[in-house]
Amino acid sequence: MDPGGAGMNAFGDALVYLNDPFNWTRPGGIIDLLVEHLTISLVAVLAAIVVALPVGIALGTSGRGGGGVVVLSNVSRAVPTLALLTIFAVTPIGFGDPATTIALAVFAVPPILTNTYVGFRGVDADVREAARAMGMGRGQVIRRVDFPLALPLVMTGVRTATVQVVATAGLAALVGGGGLGQIISLGFGQQNYGVMIAGALLVAALALATELTLVLLTWAVTPGPRRLPGAATRRPTAGIPEPTGAGVPL
Amino acid sequence: MALLGAVDQAPNPWFDPSYVVDNWTTILRYLGEHVRLTVAAVFLGVVIALPLALLARRSRFLSGPVLALSTVIYTIPSLAMFAFIFPFTGLSSTTVLIGLVAYSLVILVRNFLTGLQGVPADVREAARGMGYGSLRLLVQVDLPLALPSFMAGLRIATVSTVALTTVGVLVGHGGLGQLIIGGFNANFYRAEIVTGTIGCVLLALVADVLLAGAERLLTPWTRAVRA
Repeated sequence: MDPGGAGMNAFGDALVYLNDPFNWTRPGGIIDLLVEHLTISLVAVLAAIVVALPVGIALGTSGRGGGGVVVLSNVSRAVPTLALLTIFAVTPIGFGDPATTIALAVFAVPPILTNTYVGFRGVDADVREAARAMGMGRGQVIRRVDFPLALPLVMTGVRTATVQVVATAGLAALVGGGGLGQIISLGFGQQNYGVMIAGALLVAALALATELTLVLLTWAVTPGPRRLPGAATRRPTAGIPEPTGAGVPL
Repeated sequence: MALLGAVDQAPNPWFDPSYVVDNWTTILRYLGEHVRLTVAAVFLGVVIALPLALLARRSRFLSGPVLALSTVIYTIPSLAMFAFIFPFTGLSSTTVLIGLVAYSLVILVRNFLTGLQGVPADVREAARGMGYGSLRLLVQVDLPLALPSFMAGLRIATVSTVALTTVGVLVGHGGLGQLIIGGFNANFYRAEIVTGTIGCVLLALVADVLLAGAERLLTPWTRAVRA
């Protein structure tokens, strides 16, 4: 049997699998796993935001701890996501959704923290001084001056973190976790490669859809003159990689 | 819950030197595979990324699609990527290698392009005015000036490839990732999992330090300026 033909058959089988409504609606089917996948991801990202945003704001506005943030983002790049997922699965928490959520939240912290730090650090000191001269207190300056100016970078951090979490949640299936990755590992385990490819298509589509949603969300919440997301890529700076620890494949 | 109880009762240290000593050959074998996959993936990534970046620099018409495609590849989760490739190449390390090349390629193209776009136009024009041909311009002007950005990309690509290789466990060729999954499957044997993890992190750090050293050696002029 020629391998290329087998590969194409698997993609055909995947479409057949995805076309069957029963595979979507049955208990433990695609919709159930999708809901589980999204719930894990959402909780993880929210938890990471709750932790990383205040710390990033505190460090960014005070200008301290920059070295630590850089080190954290570099080291987090070197730790395999699979390792973290596995390690949390073998703690007394046990494998399952709570362990997955914690591991993913830990991984979502560095990109949000780094970007928040860089965003708040980059606010023009003159603007800040002018706001203070107008009689704004420290809290007001942060809320009404720093935050809107730092928002594009903060959102970049949230976007990278979210896409990373949604993508990585699939890996949890390798260590007994839930979510759409289960379809991949199940198909692989049963040597039913159509199912495996179907799972891979779903995971990839979900990651791309998340990226797109977050790009649109960023565009919607960013104050100031609006540029459509696509318009930015025409600028010569487009090739510059994102300044985050998560500027890496997932 | 009964299962969890059993896990907690048995002595299951997070790190065990005797595990490392007893399984040294196995660890070395997986480490070797990890290094081979990483080096091959980054090398092939460079070989493919350089011409792509040179092509993309020529016009916006080309750089747009190259960057857009790289963003899409970037976003595809590694598990899905390996699953897509698997039906064609099967349970071989080639499956892992192809996926890793795709990711390192994407990182490298972006950084190469940034570096090449950062070469001042008047410097290139001056070189051309001095009679430099396009190959000599590339080797003696473009590449040295773009080198810091190249090396930055190379370091990111290498470190993230080291981390990504572990996902190759899906097809049984995950390098040190095999220890991580092996420990999980061997009744949650923590020492094996942690050994694999530490191995990955150390490998990434060593690779990063080596590349940083190479960067210093290759760009002596940046130090001269600072001094």
